[in-house]
Amino acid sequence: MGFNKNSVEKYFSQLLLLGILLVLVCFLSWKSPFFLTWKNWRNILDTISVQLLLALGMNFVIATGGIDLSQGSNVCLTGIIMAICLKANFSVWSAIVIGILVAAFLGIFNGLIIEKIKITPFIVTLGTSSLYRGLAIIITGGMPIYSFPTAFTFWGKGESTQLNPPIIIACIVLILAVFLMHKTKWGQYSMAIGGNEEALRRVGVNVGFYKVSYYLASALMAGLAGLIITARLNAAEPTAGMGMELDAVTAVVMGGSLMRGGKANISGTFIACLLLGVIKNGLVILSISSYYQQFIIGFLLLSAVVLAEVRQRGQIRF
Amino acid sequence: MSNISKVPVIKVENINKSFGSIHVLRGVNLEVYPGEAVALVGDNGSGKSTLIKILSGTYGPDKGSIYIHNKQIEHLTPKKALAEGIATVYQDLSLDNYRDVIGNIFLGQEITKWGFFLDYPAMEAIAIDLLKKLKINIPDPRVPVGYLSGGQRQGVAIARAVFQGKEIMIFDEPTAAMGVKETATTLKLIHSLTEQGIAVIIVSHNLFQVFDIAHRVCIMKHGRIVKEIPTGDSSPQEVHQSLIGQTGLEDRMEQIYGI
Repeated sequence: MGFNKNSVEKYFSQLLLLGILLVLVCFLSWKSPFFLTWKNWRNILDTISVQLLLALGMNFVIATGGIDLSQGSNVCLTGIIMAICLKANFSVWSAIVIGILVAAFLGIFNGLIIEKIKITPFIVTLGTSSLYRGLAIIITGGMPIYSFPTAFTFWGKGESTQLNPPIIIACIVLILAVFLMHKTKWGQYSMAIGGNEEALRRVGVNVGFYKVSYYLASALMAGLAGLIITARLNAAEPTAGMGMELDAVTAVVMGGSLMRGGKANISGTFIACLLLGVIKNGLVILSISSYYQQFIIGFLLLSAVVLAEVRQRGQIRF
Repeated sequence: MSNISKVPVIKVENINKSFGSIHVLRGVNLEVYPGEAVALVGDNGSGKSTLIKILSGTYGPDKGSIYIHNKQIEHLTPKKALAEGIATVYQDLSLDNYRDVIGNIFLGQEITKWGFFLDYPAMEAIAIDLLKKLKINIPDPRVPVGYLSGGQRQGVAIARAVFQGKEIMIFDEPTAAMGVKETATTLKLIHSLTEQGIAVIIVSHNLFQVFDIAHRVCIMKHGRIVKEIPTGDSSPQEVHQSLIGQTGLEDRMEQIYGI
């Protein structure tokens, strides 16, 4: 393995993001002695853990050329189901398991409609997004449910430990996602569906089964995110997770995965999440108004997409 | 042709297929023997493509039976067809442009360790060997297929089919998008496959191209095989004559437009 032209080509998006990240880290650590402390980095990692989880799940869906817009609502509904279970004196573990099972069910529901009725994922998940959110509001009557046992809120923060549970969960899922995407059939087929679905059907692969499984994976990540957020806030709100699916899409696309599918990039997604976290953190450190945050993220996202598209156009023949 | 055994590797009987009110295949019978190359020639809409899609398991016939080594196969699916050793090189090549050459060759038939862990070194070794054996010039099999030339892409599609197809290989318009040199290479390759005892079915518009490598030319018209001509005792001109005589289209064009 050398640092040859091909590997630069292959890892262009990651290298570019890493470059920006490095520059930013140098600048911020020069500006503030606080920036490079473990406490600050733990803070950054804690902040990005939820976005990273959702983005990792979203990555498999986007690899197929689909999208899961119901993630945010799924986060919310899962949290509320867990909260209701806790309030009904279920044990913490059973509340978590039930919440994640509900999330899984919602994901399978998405996948089945997309696969069986053959409606575009955008429309289906736009619909289910509203459906799940509506359900959350109906169940709670629009009111938040709060105050849970400490064994549950532990999953949000765990202040006593050096590494917070959200960071540990996100790290485990990240390693798992890299392994699944690049080393297993399951991950490879997500990209193959995006690349040439018909070709995959012709070689006898049960494309429908795989498709549903990616929406399931995305929903499971939403379930974990629901757990973390509900535990962290010590409250389940019917407005939780609003817009989180789009943050996830931002990280996925910025990381070099193609929106039309066929090519996915887990490490890029991670670096993009990290970069977004460092930007938000940097704005706070430099005490720059958070008004700039949206603008900068939008600018970075557009630049990444335009650059990737222009490069792609010159190379791949169709 | 003396080495051709008497048991057909694939035999179809009375295949019928309709799409809505259009009766595409009306009782097709075809037998292909090991080591034999059969060309399916016919006009657009004659049912060639539908027939090979039935053979590859993409469509199920409405009526009729398919036998592989004299064993009747019910409900042929793409998976079953592959398991029986039938591989198809599709006209659109059926490649994933973002995937590398190795990934495309092994698509759907990946080699794994412990059932799930993809074994890249093993796949790469086989792929390099295969490409070399088929004389397909691709310097780096880890390059995404989208970066390759048309001929190289065709080569990848053929390499995949050779890897999959132990018994029968179906080529749908194999030379449609190829230059002269690439066409010659492909035809030579098909010929070498038949010498290895593989049965080959070639669908083509271009009778003159396939005539040299086919042992038999089947002319299709309106969903039937209307004529089977062994190439040994005929010339392409003769077959062409019967082809246009059968369709009559060019004759009519001649009468109407004077061309």
